[in-house]
Amino acid sequence: MSAVLQVNGLSKEFGAIQAVDNVSFELQKGELLALIGPNGAGKSTCFNMLMGQLKSSGGTVRLNGKDLKGLKPRQIWRLGVGRTFQITGTYASMTVIENVQMALISHHRKIYTLLPRAHLMYRDEALALLDLVGMADQSERHCAVLAYGDLKRLELAIALAHEPTLLLMDEPTAGMAPAERIALMQLTADIVESRGVSVLFTEHDMDVVFAHAHRVMVLNRGQLIANGSVDEIRNDERVREVYLGGGTLFKHDGESANA
Amino acid sequence: MGFFIAQILTGLANASALFMVASGLSLIFGVTRIVNFAHGSFYMLGAYVGYSFMQVLPGAWGFWTSILLAGLVVGIIGIVVEMLVLRPVYKAPELFQLVATFGVILVVQDLTLLIWGADDFLGPRAPGLKGIIRIMGEPVPKYDLALIALTPFVAFALWWLITKTRTGILVRAATQDREMVGALGVNQAWLFTGVFFLGCALAGLGGAVQLPKGGADLLMDFNILSAIFVVVVIGGMGSLPGAYVAAVLISVLNVFGVNYLPQSTLALMFVVMVVVLIFRPFGLFGREEVAGEHGQVGEPERPIKPAGQTARMIVMAGLVLLAFLPLIGDSFLLVLITDIAIFCLFAASLHFLLGLGGLVSFGHAAYFGGGAYAAALLVTYAGTPMELALILAPLAAGLTAIIFGWVCLRLTGVYFAMLTLAFAQLLWSLVFQWGDFTGGDDGLVDIWPSEWASGTTTFYYLALVLCIGGIIILRHTAHAPFGYALRGARDSARQAEATGINTKHVQWVAFGFAGAMAGIAGGLFVFSKGSIFPNELEIARSFDALIVVFLGGVKTLAGGVVGGAALEGAKDYITRFEYWRLLLGLLIIFVVIVAPDGIAGTLRKWAEKIGLMKREDQA
Repeated sequence: MSAVLQVNGLSKEFGAIQAVDNVSFELQKGELLALIGPNGAGKSTCFNMLMGQLKSSGGTVRLNGKDLKGLKPRQIWRLGVGRTFQITGTYASMTVIENVQMALISHHRKIYTLLPRAHLMYRDEALALLDLVGMADQSERHCAVLAYGDLKRLELAIALAHEPTLLLMDEPTAGMAPAERIALMQLTADIVESRGVSVLFTEHDMDVVFAHAHRVMVLNRGQLIANGSVDEIRNDERVREVYLGGGTLFKHDGESANA
Repeated sequence: MGFFIAQILTGLANASALFMVASGLSLIFGVTRIVNFAHGSFYMLGAYVGYSFMQVLPGAWGFWTSILLAGLVVGIIGIVVEMLVLRPVYKAPELFQLVATFGVILVVQDLTLLIWGADDFLGPRAPGLKGIIRIMGEPVPKYDLALIALTPFVAFALWWLITKTRTGILVRAATQDREMVGALGVNQAWLFTGVFFLGCALAGLGGAVQLPKGGADLLMDFNILSAIFVVVVIGGMGSLPGAYVAAVLISVLNVFGVNYLPQSTLALMFVVMVVVLIFRPFGLFGREEVAGEHGQVGEPERPIKPAGQTARMIVMAGLVLLAFLPLIGDSFLLVLITDIAIFCLFAASLHFLLGLGGLVSFGHAAYFGGGAYAAALLVTYAGTPMELALILAPLAAGLTAIIFGWVCLRLTGVYFAMLTLAFAQLLWSLVFQWGDFTGGDDGLVDIWPSEWASGTTTFYYLALVLCIGGIIILRHTAHAPFGYALRGARDSARQAEATGINTKHVQWVAFGFAGAMAGIAGGLFVFSKGSIFPNELEIARSFDALIVVFLGGVKTLAGGVVGGAALEGAKDYITRFEYWRLLLGLLIIFVVIVAPDGIAGTLRKWAEKIGLMKREDQA
């Protein structure tokens, strides 16, 4: 089985700060991989580089063998990568279903068509996606009035619109109630199962991570310090040190300024 | 060499008033985030008030005291304006405040006319500083030297106030995060009022201090407006040192421009501004403006929908009425409706950019006037028939918009707005000063429709078909994927980019499209009037369109058309009065305060209340 995503020696410096330091990993097809680490470990920086929002200082990212260097977020999206944001980004002035239709219209490259009416396009596909995330009953609601958890689910539907092979989720459950968190990750796990999508996600809630991740990577101060199954990570001395405080984390906290 | 130095000294002296006015504007923007379009009016008031004091107070002491008193009085007027006009609309969308300040311009214009009359005043010369000094053989007025010495003093006093005092610290904190300052227990309302006082006082000082050089007249407000905006944008919004450096730069360039490039003095400062912004997008000393995700405060915009049954019936009825109007109306009415239709298309094209794209263009007149001039020039120099000219006008306007848009869209927010204004002014100054080709101030005349369309009724139908056709195309585009993508780019550029949409490209195409639509309106305008003058390219024309869009309702699709019809109709009636600006200004302020959703938005709300329209679920 070949890897969907191959990351090799990925690095990012902000001035003297090494935010991401020589990170290498692979993500297999149908795998649900968690990237965890304390605040300032470099998770979001990693994500932004994978998605093309941030230029890396070094290293390569390959998607199904293709180098992503220098590609913009929208080009990477066209290669079959979906993403959800840590802070949701939805079109507040549109209805729920129109948000999904927008992604479908873009996927079918119909942005510059002038004749059809946008709200009638790809409705069935959009409804099916909303049904998948459990939002079909709210499809005609105004996006600006949704609860935060619903926005997160809507974002997931948008991210799935172009049938991605890879899904990047930056703190998908941040700001949600505990019950919602479990439900959303269960939903993600089901999607991985049924669609064969590979998912890389960052997460702070260890219950969520340990319950659903197939594999876990731990990032600390820019470096990958562990990479293994849930059980291996649970019993890893260095990970415990990072999370429970072996003394070094807090001593050098001031140095790692980047979240 | 002596000539060179004398020129630089003149430039530095001219920079004095410019700096005072511009620093006031910059300060007000920095803290309140209000782009105070009325700032030129406070400058004008400063000149008039200063003049009046100088008539009463004798001698050198009287002269300088008058200047200080002018600053004080204008500052107090500023407080009144802030409390009466701006306080009620701080919560409204940011750009609504712009429209309010535009209303203030109109009110101040007419009040000044009412109090001081229509005659220009020649400023009294400063007692004791009346003569000249020869520097390397070149004459330099003593008063110029006094101004050069005075300016650093004012700049230093401001710098000290801002960096060293507790008030200054609060002001600076408020420029960075006014919510946080409020949370720390500082009374924001009074901080805003205080800053407004200071900013307006500076404008008043600037107006009074330039009296011996320039005097006082009723055109001062608009004349300085573009210059201070250029200064503030080049220096960086909110930066005092930036304002000083930019004021000197512009003034010195201007003085040399008068000598070496007399044909392009007006264009010169905008060229400088464009060049600076290309290399330093946030001005020489400015910091990046972080625009909010949605870019608007207040109630979130609602999803758009195709018109309902009732609305369609009303529109159809209106169209039928318009179609049969020539049977019942006289030619005066037909001409009026033609004007309104043209203006509605112009406003609708701006609404497309502003309402759907969140792209606040301050210089939309460039494309209206650009289309009009394209048609007029084609007719004048190439004998182009009307039919062809009406096709080429939107093409020319669209092309202009594509070129201008390419530069402007590199920036966002206030800087984008300022750059669009600068380009419009650039075009205006080209037309105004290149008299040999464009007729300059005399305009281009004798541009009449083809034989078949020359009758009032025929032209009425022609204009109606083209304008309504244009409005329908704009409206349809709003519902098409392209219009949705434009809204998406405004709502969340991040999400749009992450789902394959090239947001800058979408906005660029929209800019060109809206420009072309404004070009149709401009082409029709020139044939309906038979002539074209540079004032169709002026800032005031751009503002007309902006006001109409805001009054009509930014967040309502029909906003542009409704506002255009209402304002153009009201104008026709109001301009019969002597002090119509006062009335119009008060009307604008009234609508801004009472109906911040605009006319169309407010009507919709009423309709929902009494059950004519279906209510949507609300937060």
